Amino acid sequence: MATIPANEGFDAHHDAHDHDHDHKPGFFARWFMSTNHKDIGTLYLIFAIFAGIIGGAVSGIMRAELAEPGIQYLGWWTNFLGGNASDFNATLHMWNVLITAHGLIMVFFMVMPAIIGGFGNWFVPIMIGAPDMAFPRMNNVSFWLTFVGFCSLMLSAFVPGGTGVGAGTGWTVYAPLSTSGSVGPAVDFAIFSLHLSGAGSILGAINFITTIFNMRAPGMTLHKMPLFVWSVLVTAFLLLLALPVLAAAITMLLTDRNFGTTFFDPAGGGDPVLYQHLFWFFGHPEVYIMILPGFGIISQIISTFSKKPVFGYLGMAYAMVAIGVVGFIVWAHHMYTTGLDVNTKMYFTAATMVIAVPTGIKIFSWIATMWGGSIEFKSPMVWAIGFIFLFTVGGVTGVVLANGGVDDNLHDTYYVVAHFHYVLSLGAVTSLFAGFYYWFPKMSGRMHSEFLSHLQFWIFFVGVNLIFFPMHFLGVQGMPRRYPDYALAYSYWNKIASIGYVIMAVSIVIFFINILYAFLAGKKAEANYWGEGATTLEWTLSSPPPFHQFETLPVIDDAAHAH
Amino acid sequence: MSLADTARSMGKAFRTFGVAAALTFGTQAMAAAPAAPVAAEAAAPVAAAPAAAASDSAAPAVAAEAAPVDKGYYTPMKPTPGKGQPVDKGWTFQDQYSPIGEQGLWMHDVILMPIIVAISILVLVLLLVVMAKFNKRANPVASKTSHNTLIEVIWTLVPVLILVVIAVPSIRLLAHQYEPAPKGALTVKVTGYQWYWGYTYPDNGGFEVISNMLSEEDALKAGEPGHLAVDNRMVVPAGEPIRIQTIGSDVIHAFAVPSLWFKLDAVPGRINEKVLFIKEPGVYYGQCSELCGARHGYMPIAVEALPRDKFEAWVKTQPGGTVGAPAAAAPAAPAAPAA
Repeated sequence: MATIPANEGFDAHHDAHDHDHDHKPGFFARWFMSTNHKDIGTLYLIFAIFAGIIGGAVSGIMRAELAEPGIQYLGWWTNFLGGNASDFNATLHMWNVLITAHGLIMVFFMVMPAIIGGFGNWFVPIMIGAPDMAFPRMNNVSFWLTFVGFCSLMLSAFVPGGTGVGAGTGWTVYAPLSTSGSVGPAVDFAIFSLHLSGAGSILGAINFITTIFNMRAPGMTLHKMPLFVWSVLVTAFLLLLALPVLAAAITMLLTDRNFGTTFFDPAGGGDPVLYQHLFWFFGHPEVYIMILPGFGIISQIISTFSKKPVFGYLGMAYAMVAIGVVGFIVWAHHMYTTGLDVNTKMYFTAATMVIAVPTGIKIFSWIATMWGGSIEFKSPMVWAIGFIFLFTVGGVTGVVLANGGVDDNLHDTYYVVAHFHYVLSLGAVTSLFAGFYYWFPKMSGRMHSEFLSHLQFWIFFVGVNLIFFPMHFLGVQGMPRRYPDYALAYSYWNKIASIGYVIMAVSIVIFFINILYAFLAGKKAEANYWGEGATTLEWTLSSPPPFHQFETLPVIDDAAHAH
Repeated sequence: MSLADTARSMGKAFRTFGVAAALTFGTQAMAAAPAAPVAAEAAAPVAAAPAAAASDSAAPAVAAEAAPVDKGYYTPMKPTPGKGQPVDKGWTFQDQYSPIGEQGLWMHDVILMPIIVAISILVLVLLLVVMAKFNKRANPVASKTSHNTLIEVIWTLVPVLILVVIAVPSIRLLAHQYEPAPKGALTVKVTGYQWYWGYTYPDNGGFEVISNMLSEEDALKAGEPGHLAVDNRMVVPAGEPIRIQTIGSDVIHAFAVPSLWFKLDAVPGRINEKVLFIKEPGVYYGQCSELCGARHGYMPIAVEALPRDKFEAWVKTQPGGTVGAPAAAAPAAPAAPAA
């Protein structure tokens, strides 16, 4: 990794030492006590990929089980995790453990670490011309809290959780299923896991907000910041305001479980629906936390490969702010069937639909950015264009679900599963792959294979659509979520979805081959390997960037970064 | 005009049903009341016989109605394939058998689907045009346009208008869903248990029907869809409004029947209420729709709608089942504390 960047030779205050200005600490100090935003970003990315493999494997088990009606594989997994498969209830409990693990892992330990911890840490300081994050040690704490949180979640799968081993409450951890309904330490471990990773995310959010507000290079005004930085700024505020509410809600769960309080127990004057209000007050902003940085990545990529500045920059930035603000006042659309009164339901229907407006602005602005451009279909661009279409499909089914009267039929069916996987699995994850191919050579110094990236895109595209599009059909036909087994009439589309999973899995294998190829045989990456369209500050640095960048702050002049 | 109409129904729904999600303090009291018939259930068969005998003088109307030997009759209805249940390879909503279902289906098929398909196709076409016209080969030099106020205003306002077009019928649909049951409507109290359903008929003697899933073999033997069939169905009259009240006894469940456009959570400690109107006799299947633990996928719902006379005959087959409804039930209630 000893790279000597050609254009980054100045290192004034280290002149007394040798001129290799990288001064990297030893292995343990560098990776376990890191204070370097790029190293921490790398740790986050590696961690997210690792968690993604586990979360993806869990969904593989689920799709295998659902490929045919009946219970086929759950018993084996129950025994594997130390449960008792001869007890049919314990076997069925394993299903709930799988759906819970899949949801929590993908949300808290894959998408968030990758998109905020990984790309955010790597590129926010660079894009604003800062040498590092504002609080480097806190940055390290954030990562390790997330890591320990993940360990706690994994542990929960091996201890009793009520009817069987593991926490089987769903990622939403609804009371009273998560309190009186799940005796044993598994749910406590899962809650503790959320506490730890939540604390890590709050610290991360503070770090990003402070960095972005205080450490911008001279001339880098807020309205000149790249949209990715804007997206992380809005996301950081969402994290900062939403996560404490989750922390409170799950702490109340803990005390209900262990210390005899009755926040959510009607026998003591509590209310189970109160938990849902608290959870979704966090949970709805959470889905924007997962997708907003993706919006930012897509904006950078579309602009780069169209060789045009982003169309309607201010509209794009404030559309994200609007999505963030409105995202806090629509939470009860997750609760249409809980017995809300009619006016509440009407309000949440109307407010939810409002979100379609700023989202529409973003979609149209991306297309307008491409309009008149000179588009190069490099790998990140192909993923970004795929993102726009897939996210649109996921968005319009969101408009359907926003209607409380229609949701009375679709709530908790596979239609909902299809909707949120289109915006997350096909939206956020597609933006992750787009960002990965966009920045991987910058981070590693090695070019990936364009051919393999394109191949992965097309296989992934076919696979995920095969998995998730038929789920709309299952949903309107009435198949409920979180079912390990189903009526015969649902078997056809379930079979197709499971075939889609295999195709998607192939694309992930190609992804890893591509990474391997880059490290073994990839060309060395230049400083700006995407050419004239790439105008943000990371392209002024070598690939990979020096261990410490911008020891002399760059000055942003109006001409170079006019939007 | 339609707005005024909507506003009117909104107001009506608000006045009469705004308390659906009242605070727990309120629902605690409500929960306690319907619990009484359940508790009295065990005693009911014993108590019912002397009551019927004594009723000759006390309530002539009831005596005329209830012939002492009428034990009622009931044979489970055979479900019609494709009605009230999912169909193989189905990709649309199930056929709807309630007025709300028809209105909801119209909302989805006539309003929402055309709009969302049009938006998706518009975005797809725009992307294809952009890729064809503005790729590197077709357009080697990129323009530097980054603003156009007019078009930005248009793509902000047009979606707003589209949303208004959606919102008006959507709000009206919501208002209709919340129209309360008329005074004399039959009440069925649905209780979610881990992991089966209980259907209590407070207007008909307060008996509770316990409904468990049939095994795959038993279902097929009975000519019913596997995983949906149950041993004892929730039997209700067709063609009249029914007041469904849901409550959870342990954790949250959700009572859902897709072909009736009906879904309502059964939450411990509160009673949720909604009207169900089934247009024609038939068997309508549903499933629990809120994660409730291990056997969440194994507590289906089967609603059997019958003509009023056959429903009453079914009621008489139930332990303590009485017909004659509110009038008969009313004198029974004050009698209970006295005994």
